[in-house]
Amino acid sequence: MQNSLQIAWLVPFFPLLGFLIIGLGRKYLSKSLTGVIGSGTVFLSLLVSVWIFFLVKNENVHVAAYFNFISVDKLVIPFAFQVDALSSLFLLIITGVGFLIHVYSVSYMQQEAKEHFARYFSYLNLFIFSMLLLVMGSNFVILFIGWEGVGLCSYLLIGYWFKDNGNNYAARKAFIMNRIGDLAFLVAIFWIISKTGAVNFNEVFAVAQGQVEGKSFSANDITIITLLLFFGACGKSAQIPLYTWLPDAMAGPTPVSALIHAATMVTAGIYMIARCNILYSMSDVTQDIIMIIGLATAILAATIALKQNDIKKILAYSTVSQLGYMFLALGVGAYSAAVFHVMTHAFFKALLFLGSGSVIHAMNGEQDIRNMGGLSKKLKITYFTFLIGCLAIAGIPPFSGFFSKDAILLSVFEKNPVIYAIALSGALLTAFYMFRLLFTTFYGSFRGTEEQKSHLHESPVAMTIPLIILAVLSILGGIVGIPEVFMHNGEKLKVFLSPVIAVSTEHSVSHSTEYLLMGLSTGLVLVAILFAWNKYRNYKKITEKGFGKLLENKWYVDELYDKLVVNPILKFAGFLNNVFEKQVVEGLVNGVGRFVNYSSRQFRLMQSGQVGNYVLLMVVSILLLLVFQFYLKK
Amino acid sequence: MGVTQLLFWFLSLLALISALLVISSKNPVYSVLWLIMVFFSISGHYILLNAQFLAVVNIIIYAGAIMVLFLYVLMLMDLKKETEPQKKRWVKLAGAVAGGSLLLVLVAALKKADLATSMTQTREGDIGLIENLGKLLFSEYVVPFEISSILFLSAMIGAVVIGKKEQPPKSPEGGL
Amino acid sequence: MPINYYIFLSLALFCIGMVGVLTRRNAIIVFMCIELMLNAVNLLLVAFSKMHHLKNAVANASAGGDGQLFVFFIMVVAAAEVSVGLAIIVMLYRNVRSVDINFLNRLKH
Repeated sequence: MQNSLQIAWLVPFFPLLGFLIIGLGRKYLSKSLTGVIGSGTVFLSLLVSVWIFFLVKNENVHVAAYFNFISVDKLVIPFAFQVDALSSLFLLIITGVGFLIHVYSVSYMQQEAKEHFARYFSYLNLFIFSMLLLVMGSNFVILFIGWEGVGLCSYLLIGYWFKDNGNNYAARKAFIMNRIGDLAFLVAIFWIISKTGAVNFNEVFAVAQGQVEGKSFSANDITIITLLLFFGACGKSAQIPLYTWLPDAMAGPTPVSALIHAATMVTAGIYMIARCNILYSMSDVTQDIIMIIGLATAILAATIALKQNDIKKILAYSTVSQLGYMFLALGVGAYSAAVFHVMTHAFFKALLFLGSGSVIHAMNGEQDIRNMGGLSKKLKITYFTFLIGCLAIAGIPPFSGFFSKDAILLSVFEKNPVIYAIALSGALLTAFYMFRLLFTTFYGSFRGTEEQKSHLHESPVAMTIPLIILAVLSILGGIVGIPEVFMHNGEKLKVFLSPVIAVSTEHSVSHSTEYLLMGLSTGLVLVAILFAWNKYRNYKKITEKGFGKLLENKWYVDELYDKLVVNPILKFAGFLNNVFEKQVVEGLVNGVGRFVNYSSRQFRLMQSGQVGNYVLLMVVSILLLLVFQFYLKK
Repeated sequence: MGVTQLLFWFLSLLALISALLVISSKNPVYSVLWLIMVFFSISGHYILLNAQFLAVVNIIIYAGAIMVLFLYVLMLMDLKKETEPQKKRWVKLAGAVAGGSLLLVLVAALKKADLATSMTQTREGDIGLIENLGKLLFSEYVVPFEISSILFLSAMIGAVVIGKKEQPPKSPEGGL
Repeated sequence: MPINYYIFLSLALFCIGMVGVLTRRNAIIVFMCIELMLNAVNLLLVAFSKMHHLKNAVANASAGGDGQLFVFFIMVVAAAEVSVGLAIIVMLYRNVRSVDINFLNRLKH
């Protein structure tokens, strides 16, 4: 092999193998074997990812091509993996967090029957495979294959408990909203092909930078392509207007929510935009739009989370909100800050979700926080790790969330102080609702039934070890992004990503301003936490009125969508079914049959048995023959 | 116009009118009689062409034997003018139109034939004489001649077999 | 007489016979019209034989004999055919009591 990174194919290969083995053998494998295979494949991928990471760190970047996926005339689309800093980082996140969640799932899904248990793990492995394909693809098409694959697995896993129709609707909603974004993504790919004749990242970016003779993008091209790609990312990463599927997606098992809807799939959009940062830097219009949408989503989701009562829904809206922050960072051009936040968010959001899974497990399926309380006494590990997760997400130093969020806020401040103020208020809301969740669930007195109280117990080891590992990562994860003001050469992540994401010039903000901003945000966050503590440590159930009711009902966005989009389409589909299908199409098809019947009956009358008729026909035929022979055949 | 031409036109007219009367007579016996008239006029044509043998044979066989046979059968049926079934008017019209168009097409087609103006030999020519025909018949065409005798045999047998009255079925004797 | 005239005459007779076959319902009349058609053909054959004889009498003394012998054989066949056909018609009459050709469709059943 010319380059040792050529074995990069192993990384997605293991989960694919796992999917096939578990999927095909789901009726025969025992649960423990399934769990071992499922987690083992991801672990092997993790090992290879680590090895790749170290190779890439030593300046070994490689495009590993394997075969030609599509080869039509001048369009050649190779099946190739781009192994560089950005993809290797994402590989680590995906396989690392993925592995922990697989281990967690072995214990969480114990109740399931053997083949359903295997079904779960096969889907999960398939998901990891698709996600790896997504981040490793060296061109837009392979990325899109992974993109679609994760959408599919998301559907399969949300609707995992398919006996309950509500889950099926949620899965369908997720898939359809994803699809709307996918359409925009496809159009963008077609646009790129029509302008450059290629889909490889390297080639497209070279054309964009004017390095290729004869082919170029006009300013309009760039804007349109980036907007379309961003719209695709909106669908996948749940931004306005395509975010309503994410809270509904909580119908799936909690580890699924952790993996797909916190750590990996939803970050696909961020990855894609970070990968295309060259294109996005060239279009101010798109960047402004991304910034505004990201900010709006962050604030909107945070407000909704204030009044939600389902543990997973709060975390879901929190995810939407944090994704909004990541897009906000992308919008102001802070690509590496966004990627940094992806990493830290993966750690603490997965931690929070798994912790909530532990709580739900202890409460025997109860998800309403109004019926919880005082769990810190019985669920010590869960409580402690959950607390760490909340501190990280709120942005308290020295947890990882502080550094990543601070990097974002700093870049935003450099761009526009007003936006910074709004973003900061969003951060305060984040802290507030997260700690509301913590206090309501773990403090105060228990508000559930007696039966639930007797069942309260800490989760088994397979569930708590991943929690602990993730908690450690949430604490230490900030090390790779310590800003200049604290430590010289501390921005290791930025440097690492520099081949892919160009490092901009030095900060235009002085050190003192930076300290001031950090102090301001930390101080305000602490105030928000205290406020929450005061309000919720002895939580009493209340019914919401007025503005609170609006927030509790998610600003009625779902109902709006239903009225504007879903119902008209359903009516149209009903029309097509009843009128068009039944009358036109079937009428046509049956009509052919009826016509054949009728004409055959008419033809049968020719055989009348009347000699005279026969003779007449003979004469007429001979006549026609003669006419034809003598006159028409020139 | 020479005698030949005059005779030709006269005989042609006779033949055509008689043929028309054959097909349009209501009484079938009248049709038979008019057909005999046609045969006579055709024999006249044969004589004009100096095909003496055929002229006579035509009269003997066609007018003398075949038409008589027809008359016998007609008499057997004892058909009367009133009971004669008629086809519907439109069918007759269709038939007439079909036949007429056939005539038109063929005439139009053959008008342009190369041979159109070749002459036929009238009133002279030895070929129609019985002596020459006989020589030709028994030298070159003797095989068809013999086979035609077998044909007659089969026709006779066929006619007799078909015409037999059916015997009532015999009662079976002793089991089977 | 140009051969043309004989061709047209023969065609006219043939088509008259054809119309007769199509128009009449009495089986015997139909049969007779068939005979008429045969005769038309006979006439034409004899005319052609004379034409050939005229053309080739110098080279071959019996040049046009084939046509007339053909007519001879046609008459032979016509006679045989009439006898058998009439026998069939008599059979038909015996069973159906009528010689209407429309009754032949009973053969269908």
